Amino acid sequence: MDAVATGAGNNSLPCPGQAQRDGLCLHSTAQKQQHQPTPPLGRTSTATPEAGAIGRQDRKRKWVGGAGGHAGGGAGAAAGSGAGAGDDAGRAAGGAAAAASARGGRGRRLPVPHAVGRRPAAGGSVDKAWKELSNILSGIFCASLNFIDSTNTVTPTASFKPLGVANGTDHRLLRYAVLPREVVCTENLTPWKKLLPCGSKAGLAVLLKAERLFHSSYHSQAVHIRPICRDASCLAVSWELRQTLTVVFDSFTSGQGKKDWSLFKMFSRTLTDACPLASESKVYVDISPKNKEKQLLEVTPTPTSVHEAIVQGDKTTYAVYDLLSPVLFNTSRSLNVQLKWKRPEDSSELSTPIMHAQRYVSGYGLQTGEISTLIYNTHPYRAFPVILLETVPWYLRLYVHTLTIITKGKENKPSYMHYQPAQDRKRPHLLEMLIQLPANSATKITIQFERALLKWTEYPPDPNHGFYVSSSVLSALVPSVIAMKDVNVEESPLFTSLFPSSDGSSYFLRLYTEPLLVNLPTPDFSMPYNVICLTCTVVAVCYGSFYNLLTRTFHVEEPSRGGLAKRLANVIRRLRGVPPI
Amino acid sequence: MAAAVPAARWARAAAAALLLGCCGAVLAGGIQDQAEQFFKSGHTNNWAVLVCTSRFWFNYRHVANTLSVYRSVKRLGIPDSHIVLMLADDMACNPRNPKPATVFSHKNMELNVYGDDVEVDYRSYEVTVENFLRVLTGRIPPSTPRSKRLLSDDRSNILIYMTGHGGNGFLKFQDSEEITNVELADAFEQMWQKRRYNELLFIIDTCQGASMYERFYSPNIIALASSQVGEDSLSHQPDLGIGVHLMDRYTFYMLEFLEEVHPASQTNMNDLFQVCPKSLCVSTPGHRTDLFQRDPQNVLITDFFGSVRKVEIMTETVSLDRNLTGFESDPILPEFIWLPSGPRAASSPRRWWHHGLTVVLKQPLPALLGCQRMHWQQNH
Repeated sequence: MDAVATGAGNNSLPCPGQAQRDGLCLHSTAQKQQHQPTPPLGRTSTATPEAGAIGRQDRKRKWVGGAGGHAGGGAGAAAGSGAGAGDDAGRAAGGAAAAASARGGRGRRLPVPHAVGRRPAAGGSVDKAWKELSNILSGIFCASLNFIDSTNTVTPTASFKPLGVANGTDHRLLRYAVLPREVVCTENLTPWKKLLPCGSKAGLAVLLKAERLFHSSYHSQAVHIRPICRDASCLAVSWELRQTLTVVFDSFTSGQGKKDWSLFKMFSRTLTDACPLASESKVYVDISPKNKEKQLLEVTPTPTSVHEAIVQGDKTTYAVYDLLSPVLFNTSRSLNVQLKWKRPEDSSELSTPIMHAQRYVSGYGLQTGEISTLIYNTHPYRAFPVILLETVPWYLRLYVHTLTIITKGKENKPSYMHYQPAQDRKRPHLLEMLIQLPANSATKITIQFERALLKWTEYPPDPNHGFYVSSSVLSALVPSVIAMKDVNVEESPLFTSLFPSSDGSSYFLRLYTEPLLVNLPTPDFSMPYNVICLTCTVVAVCYGSFYNLLTRTFHVEEPSRGGLAKRLANVIRRLRGVPPI
Repeated sequence: MAAAVPAARWARAAAAALLLGCCGAVLAGGIQDQAEQFFKSGHTNNWAVLVCTSRFWFNYRHVANTLSVYRSVKRLGIPDSHIVLMLADDMACNPRNPKPATVFSHKNMELNVYGDDVEVDYRSYEVTVENFLRVLTGRIPPSTPRSKRLLSDDRSNILIYMTGHGGNGFLKFQDSEEITNVELADAFEQMWQKRRYNELLFIIDTCQGASMYERFYSPNIIALASSQVGEDSLSHQPDLGIGVHLMDRYTFYMLEFLEEVHPASQTNMNDLFQVCPKSLCVSTPGHRTDLFQRDPQNVLITDFFGSVRKVEIMTETVSLDRNLTGFESDPILPEFIWLPSGPRAASSPRRWWHHGLTVVLKQPLPALLGCQRMHWQQNH
C-alpha cells in the first residue's frame, strides 16, 4: 500500500506503537478513487446522556506525508471511522477499510466485536480480502476476529452506506460480521491505546487505566476509518482514523448515593498536560440546564470556554477545558474536573430517547422458539421509517412465514424487505426490512424458529452455556426538534456526525439491540465414556459367564478327606507307619 | 658500581615492565573474558510460549499461573512481540469477577498479574491442541498475523510454560480434548529438525506433570514439572472475596523466586530446580536435564526468562549511505559500526544490561536477524 504523500514520495510512515509490533502500520491508499468503507456505529438506546457526561476530544496532528490522520477520542456522540488495517507483508490488502468496534457491558452482555469492510475489487477477491482483514485485525486488537468466516458474514443491502467521500454504492462489495461471544477486556484496550500518538503516556489518554474502565456498566471501544477531503477544494483524499471509547460509570451506586463526580473519583488520576503531538486537546462537560431553570450544577475549576452544540436533536451546553491553553494549569499542576449538584437530587426522570428497542427470545423446550423485537417511537407526532437488519445463525432455522409485524394492534407491512435464507454450515439468515414507525407507538416484530442438532464435532467446549445470536441493527433518520446544522470538521471534530444529513430536520441514528442466548439440544458428551464402561462390563459379565458355561467341564469330586483333626491323625499314623484312616 | 646500578635499574625496569605486561595481559584477558561471556550460551533472541489450557471460572488459578509467568518474562525484558500468550478463558472480565480487569496471584489482592498492558494472542476458543502445535512447529496458515506466530530461529531460546489439568501422559485442553506426551515430544523434534530453537526450557504445572516430559528425545531441552507421576499438584490458597483458588503452589513459589530476579542477576538453573521443596509444594517437583548439553549450573535464569541482544564486534568499517538519518558519529571510537536506518528510525534509544556491560542501541532490532552490526557505546 502506498502512503498518501504530499510530494515527498516517502513511502514509509512512522508507525505509532511500532515498538512492540512489527509491520502493523496504518497505511492508507489513494491510488484510486475507491469505494469507501462503511463503519457501523451508533449508540444503543440505553446509554442516555445524563448531565455530566463527558465528551472528550483529542485531535492529533496530521501525520507525516499528509496521510490525514485524525484520532478523535470521544465519548458519546457520533463515533467515527477507521480501521487499523495493518498489513505486515506489505500486501495490497487495499482500501479495505473496516470499522471494528467492540462493546461489552458488565451487567449485561452487550455487543461484540464486529467489522464492516468494503473492498473495491470484484467478486471473489472481496471474500479473500475480508478474510485477510479479519485475521490482521485479530492480531492487532488481540481479539478472536479470525473466527469471522462465511457462517457469520452477511452482505446487507440497505442498512449500511459508504461514508466519507464516497463514489459508488454497490452493496455487493460490503461485508458485515458480528461475533457475539467475544469479550472486551484489557488486551483489547492495550493495542487501542497504542494507536494513539502519545499512547497512554500523555494527554487525555493517561486517564485510561483498565482497572477503572472495566469496572463500569458499559464499555465500548471502536476504531473507524473513512476517506475525507484533504482540504476544501477536495482534490485529494485523506484517510481519517477515529478512535472512540465509551464508558458508562455507575457513579451513583459507587459514589455513596451522590451524583457528584470528579475525574479523580472515576479514573483515580487527573490530567497533567496535553499530548505534545496533539493539535487540540479538550475536555467537554455537559452542563445543559434541565427545565430551563437556573444552574443546578456547578463545575470546578472554571472552564476555559463554553460551547453550545446540537447533539441528537437536543441543544446541549458544554463547559470546555482546553488543555493547550496556558491559563488552565496556572494554579495547579493537575486538572481535576469536578461536578457538584447544588440541590440534593430530586427524582427527575431521564428523558426517553425518541427511538429505542429491545429484543428477546421466548418459547419453551429445545425444539422451537420465537424471537421478538420491540421498537418504540416516542415522538409525539412524527412518524419515521427504520431499517431493521437481523442476522440469525444457520442453526436456528427461521420460519419466515411466521414473520408478523404488529403496530398498535394492526399489521404493519414493510415497504422493503430483503431476505436471504441460510445454508447449513455456509451462511446465516439475513433479514432486512424497512418499517414505518407511527408516532408514539410500539412495534413488535416476531418470527419463529426451530433449533437444529449440530454434529458432535461442531459443539464448542462449553455447549451448555448456550449459543449467541448477534444483535440486530436499526438504522433510522430520527426527526429532531431543533434544526441541526452541519458542523465543520476542522472546528469541532467531536460534534461532526459521520452521517451528515441533507436537511437539518433529522439526524441519523443506529441502534444495536441486545444479543440473544439460546440453548441448542446438546448431547451428553460424557456418554462415550459411560458407554464404554457399560459395554465392557456387560461383555465381561455376560460373555464371560457364557464362555465358562460352554467350555468348563465338570468332574465328580472325591469325597472330602475329612476335617483337620482327621488329617492330623493321618499324619501321625503315617509317621508311625500305620495305614491311614 | 657504575655498571651494576644501571643493571639494577634495568632489572627493576624489566621487572616493572614484566609486571605491567602481565597486568595488561590479565586485564586484556579479563575484557576478553567478558566479551567471551557474551557468546557462551549461543542464543541471540528469546521467545516465550505461555499456555493456559483450562476453561471455566473455577480454573481461575491456571490463568493466574500463566499470567504470573507472563509478567515475570515481560519484566525481565522479553517484549510482547516475542511472547505468544494463550489463555483458554477470560477471567479478568468474567462477569463473576468481583474486581474486573484484574487477576490476582495472592489473597488480599496484593499483586494484579493481569496488569495494564497485557496482550493475549490466542484467547478463548482459539486455544486448541491444533493451534498450539501449529504455533510450535510453524505450520500456520498464511493469513495468521505476526503476533500469533512463533518466529524463532536456530539461535532462539524458547521458554514453554503450560498449565492446566493433566494426567499420566496427557494434558487436557478446554475440557474437550487432550495432548499426549508423545505428540509433544514429536512437536519438539519437529522444531529441532526445522532448527526452530537453540535451547528449550519446558515448564509444566499440572497433576502428574513429570509424565509430560518422559518422552522427549530432542537435544537441548530442560524440562521442569510440578509433580511426579502419581502425584497431584495442589493449589495454594483460596481467596474468600473472589471465591476460587488463586494460584497453584509450584507457580506461586516460582513467582516469588522470579520476583527476586532482575535482568542482570546471575541465578542459575539449579536455583530454579529447588524453587519449591516438598514441604511447600506437597508434591515432588521434578526436572530433566539429560538432553541438555550444558551444565545447569552454568545456565542463567535470564537465558530463558529474560531477553538478550547480542552484539558482534567488527573491526572493519562500513561506508555510510548518505541518506542516513538519526545517527551521529562518535568522535571517541575511531572504528564504528552503523546500522542502516530504515522506516523505523524514529525510536528512542534503549538500554540493555548484560553481564555488566551497558549497550545503548539506537534502534530496536528485528527479531529474525541473529547477529547484528550495530552502533554501540560503552558506558561505565
